[in-house]
Amino acid sequence: MPTPTPALQPLDRDFLGIRCRLIELAAALDRIDRSGSSVAGDPRMAQIRRSLELLVGDAPDRAEQVQMVFSKRN
Amino acid sequence: MYFFDPHIHVASRTTNDLEALAKAGCVAVGEPAFWMGYDRTGVASFYDYFRQLTEWEPKRTANYGIRHYVWLGMNAKEAENVAFAREVIALLPEFLDKPDVLGVGEIGLNKCTNNEVATLLDLVELAMQRNEQLLFHTPHLEEKYRGTRMILDVLRADRRVDHNRVWIDHCEEHTIRHVLDEGYWAGLTLYPTTKMTPERAVDMVEIYGPERLLVTSSADWGPSDPMAVPAFMFAMRRRSHPESLIRRIVYENPLTFMSQSRSFKFTPPDHG
Repeated sequence: MPTPTPALQPLDRDFLGIRCRLIELAAALDRIDRSGSSVAGDPRMAQIRRSLELLVGDAPDRAEQVQMVFSKRN
Repeated sequence: MYFFDPHIHVASRTTNDLEALAKAGCVAVGEPAFWMGYDRTGVASFYDYFRQLTEWEPKRTANYGIRHYVWLGMNAKEAENVAFAREVIALLPEFLDKPDVLGVGEIGLNKCTNNEVATLLDLVELAMQRNEQLLFHTPHLEEKYRGTRMILDVLRADRRVDHNRVWIDHCEEHTIRHVLDEGYWAGLTLYPTTKMTPERAVDMVEIYGPERLLVTSSADWGPSDPMAVPAFMFAMRRRSHPESLIRRIVYENPLTFMSQSRSFKFTPPDHG
């Protein structure tokens, strides 16, 4: 029986996609800034900032935590 | 609205793609010679490839009412063997004289090696001797910034280069300003994952304006989208940009740039 080809390591498999999404995210934030209207007090901006903080942490459940940032709890 | 896709590798695409492009309003394409996904083993392979681009692909596109223009050169990925590259470059004059060939391209850098630069200099020299327009491929990903700067250095050192007849392609956020500031045309390649998305291309229009901007799909044999230019047009409309601005970028700009080539002949479809 042929040996299955080992799956690529997640970093190998996902690196370009992660890079792409980071640039997309940076471009989207630039776009918001360029719009000129102040959104500093908009609660959605706080959600974005909180999510970015979670991404740079080392918790093993970042996706779940980011989902909760954008979730109603009651 | 009619549009051009000034950089698409038709030889790698199907007639279904050509039909979709025609239905969407594409009236002309530019096809630069490039790396076909494998290294060719002999000069004759390039000879046949140049024949394909200048003889066969124009017929395929004409069946869908699309004008086909060509750029010919030695791509950076196969330029490492300088002696081999010189044999290929020796073929170019015969093909550069054929109808609808716009100039030398796409040429440039890949890993930014000394040998790649040597081949690039040979190609620029050929273009200057023949007064050809130039289309540059800038490298991918982590090599893009360094390679773009190196290409600009090569061009800056040659006083014969008319900046307005040079198109530096695959610009992104970190390279476009350098290209535009020196008076070249800047290409935005709408290519999934590794280059520019339609939304980010619209950002570039908003930041830098439409002057000397070209938007293309660069669709080829890899994951890519031949309908990327219409996707850009849709993204522009979603952000309430006027039709006149969209037309400027996808139709008038390529027409203006390509018109500088002595081989460029084009009858606008809305004028019979």
